[in-house]
Amino acid sequence: MTDAIAVTGLVKTFGPTKALDGLDLTVRTGEIHGFLGPNGAGKTTTIRILLGLMRANGGTARVLGADPWTDTVALHRKLAYVPGDVTLWPNLSGGETIDLLGRMRGGIDKKRKAELVERFTLNPKKKGRTYSKGNRQKVALIAALASDVELLILDEPTSGLDPLMEETFRQVLEEHRQDRTVLLSSHILSEVEALCDRVSIIRDGRVVDSGTLDEMRQFSQIAVTAELEGAPTGLEALPGVHNLSVDGNKVQCDVDRDALTELLQRLSALGVRDLKSQPPTLEELFLRHYGAQETVASR
Amino acid sequence: MSSLYGTRRVMRLIVRRDRVLLPLWVILLSVIPLGLINSIKKAYPTAADLEGVYKGAAHSAAYIALYGPDSGPSLGALGFQRSGIFMVVIALVSMLTVIRHTRTEEEAGRKELLASTPLGRQASVTAALAVTILGNAVLAIFLMGGLSGSLKLDGGGAVAFGLAQGLAGCVFAAVGALTAQLFVSARAARGVGIGVLAVAYLFRMIGDSAGSGSGLTWMSWATPIGWLQHVRPFAGERWWLFLPALALLIVLVGASYALSKSRDLGAGLVEERPGPVDAAPSLSGPLALAWRMHRSLLLSWSVGFALVGAAFGGLAKSIQSAANVSENTKDILSRLGGHAALGDTYLAALTSIAGLVAAAYATQTVTRLRSEESDGRVELILVTPVSRTKWAMSHLTFTLLGPAIALICYGLTSGIAYGASIGDMGKLPRVLGGAVVQLPAVWVVAAITLALFGLLPRFAMAGWAVLVLCLFFGQFGEAFKLKQAVLDISPFTHIPRLPGGSVSATPIVVLVVVSAVVSVAGLAGLRRRDVPVG
Repeated sequence: MTDAIAVTGLVKTFGPTKALDGLDLTVRTGEIHGFLGPNGAGKTTTIRILLGLMRANGGTARVLGADPWTDTVALHRKLAYVPGDVTLWPNLSGGETIDLLGRMRGGIDKKRKAELVERFTLNPKKKGRTYSKGNRQKVALIAALASDVELLILDEPTSGLDPLMEETFRQVLEEHRQDRTVLLSSHILSEVEALCDRVSIIRDGRVVDSGTLDEMRQFSQIAVTAELEGAPTGLEALPGVHNLSVDGNKVQCDVDRDALTELLQRLSALGVRDLKSQPPTLEELFLRHYGAQETVASR
Repeated sequence: MSSLYGTRRVMRLIVRRDRVLLPLWVILLSVIPLGLINSIKKAYPTAADLEGVYKGAAHSAAYIALYGPDSGPSLGALGFQRSGIFMVVIALVSMLTVIRHTRTEEEAGRKELLASTPLGRQASVTAALAVTILGNAVLAIFLMGGLSGSLKLDGGGAVAFGLAQGLAGCVFAAVGALTAQLFVSARAARGVGIGVLAVAYLFRMIGDSAGSGSGLTWMSWATPIGWLQHVRPFAGERWWLFLPALALLIVLVGASYALSKSRDLGAGLVEERPGPVDAAPSLSGPLALAWRMHRSLLLSWSVGFALVGAAFGGLAKSIQSAANVSENTKDILSRLGGHAALGDTYLAALTSIAGLVAAAYATQTVTRLRSEESDGRVELILVTPVSRTKWAMSHLTFTLLGPAIALICYGLTSGIAYGASIGDMGKLPRVLGGAVVQLPAVWVVAAITLALFGLLPRFAMAGWAVLVLCLFFGQFGEAFKLKQAVLDISPFTHIPRLPGGSVSATPIVVLVVVSAVVSVAGLAGLRRRDVPVG
């Protein structure tokens, strides 16, 4: 089966600013794909190109086998989208908006709409202008989830939802994962960890890391904390050891996987009282990718 | 903490945001009237010339209806009468400025951000009013200085002239402040505010031009526009007339404060009703959505046009009855600018103004496309299987048909009222035709706005400038002695003046073709560009 989304070398400039700088992204059919990156990294721009709202200056993008810029209307029969910042028509009720958007996509499952309205505890009678951010998001989410589409593109869909609603969102997406592909842009790492099969991390308009979470951990460093018999010496000279900090007999560092054996040998030679080693948490993984901002600053 | 705490900071913010717009309207709305009076001075250098104008044109009911009541044969008095139309523009701009800095800010959520800082409850509304009132004060001082300085007119008259114009701005700034408190949406606040202004001018128009024997003069005296236009600068000023205007200003500001003091953020006096859980089966596509967004606009414009048409048509008889006017007077009328003359010509002149107003409605429908884009709603539609062209056409349907329906309402009511008053319905087709024939020019103005939206979306709102230019050419082009080649830029220059004038198909066909071509260019631009452009 072909990939649901296949993007190579995507470039998008806005005047002098380069929003996307050779972005590659692959979303396999049937998976939930996490799309992560700091603010301003180019997530929304990428999504808008995938939706045919913006035209790339370079590179290729295929969505469900189609060119999103030229086959826009046909493609849109098969996908639904929830924007990061939802604005609604001020004089339409939430229920009307859900129906309208669903019908434009070719019909809405009434039962599923009622069920989702219930589960997300939305008051569908309120007018668009009176909803809070979270409730506007629920309207767009219900409209997307109640339509029969192959692909869901969700841009930070839970950023305005409370934790209970976020949990509902996870459950609903779990139930839907059988018959849909999802591109989920998010900042909520626990959500990504719980839902996503694979993840792409974007920074400065490029994907800097992509794969399953396990794969990403595989290639990253391990955090080692140890308490020794005596003062730690000679550790800084070891290859593959990073971020070394020494506090009396205690030592803390990150180490490359292939340098782990050597470090442990050195530590046991010094005499180990306590030792803890752990793969990086998801947070650390992301902070490492998000963190290094010097390339941005130097531009 | 005082309820006005921080007002000055908000004023600075408003001035910073309006650093182009505010000086622009203050300067334009003082310089253009001064230029107009200067051109009257050049065209009619002697007192006898001015006396001739006063006895002839300025006395005519049509002229009074369109511009304002006559007061005297001096240059200043005639200039004030001719500037009556500016009073409405100043009032409109002032009102929109206040609404833009109060309810629009609140609706967009920016007021919430401001209000969370140490800021008195009345600071926002006070700052918006203060900046607008100061703008009007500067405008009034420019007028006073120009009249007494450059034009060497009497100082007392100059002060009365400036005060009347500036105070009209202040009173309607306060009307804007009040409607902004009453309605939850800025759009409703604007709509009702403009309605109040339109009714005020219409009342003044009927009251003044119906004549003293008609029993309708009270209508002019019932409105602030009427009070201020009866101040008679340079013709025995009635200073006391500023008092009711000032009192009304104070009452309106007081009412706005009272409402603003007790209401919640984001709330109005008119509460939001809940809507249905499910959409009606008809609400199923972009056209149905556009209908929901445009229907109240269409209804209010149509009703407004029908009422104005009935008033204009009904007045035509009293103008007709004074029909023994020489060619010389007609010539003076045309050289004074505008086209107001008698009977048919009078209706034709008013109908061409109705055409311009219909173009404003058309521009409003096209700029909805832009606000749908900049507010972010367009993305929800364009990610469904609806093409950009189809989405744009859903709104443009109302650009095409809305002004047509409104102008037909106007043509029918003015034709019927005119026919009923003179006891001859035979004129109806030509009066109606005169209204309908405005449409090609209306569409050209709308098409230019559409082209801006498609090709230069950030400048889509410049469509309003096109409209202002057409208004200027039509109303003051001749007074400022602009060359025909320049006047020809405005599509309205080419529209036949009915009833009365002759009809030729060529300009109509050309205008329709131009509007179609320009529209297609705009739609092509929309298909090729990024959406949204911020």
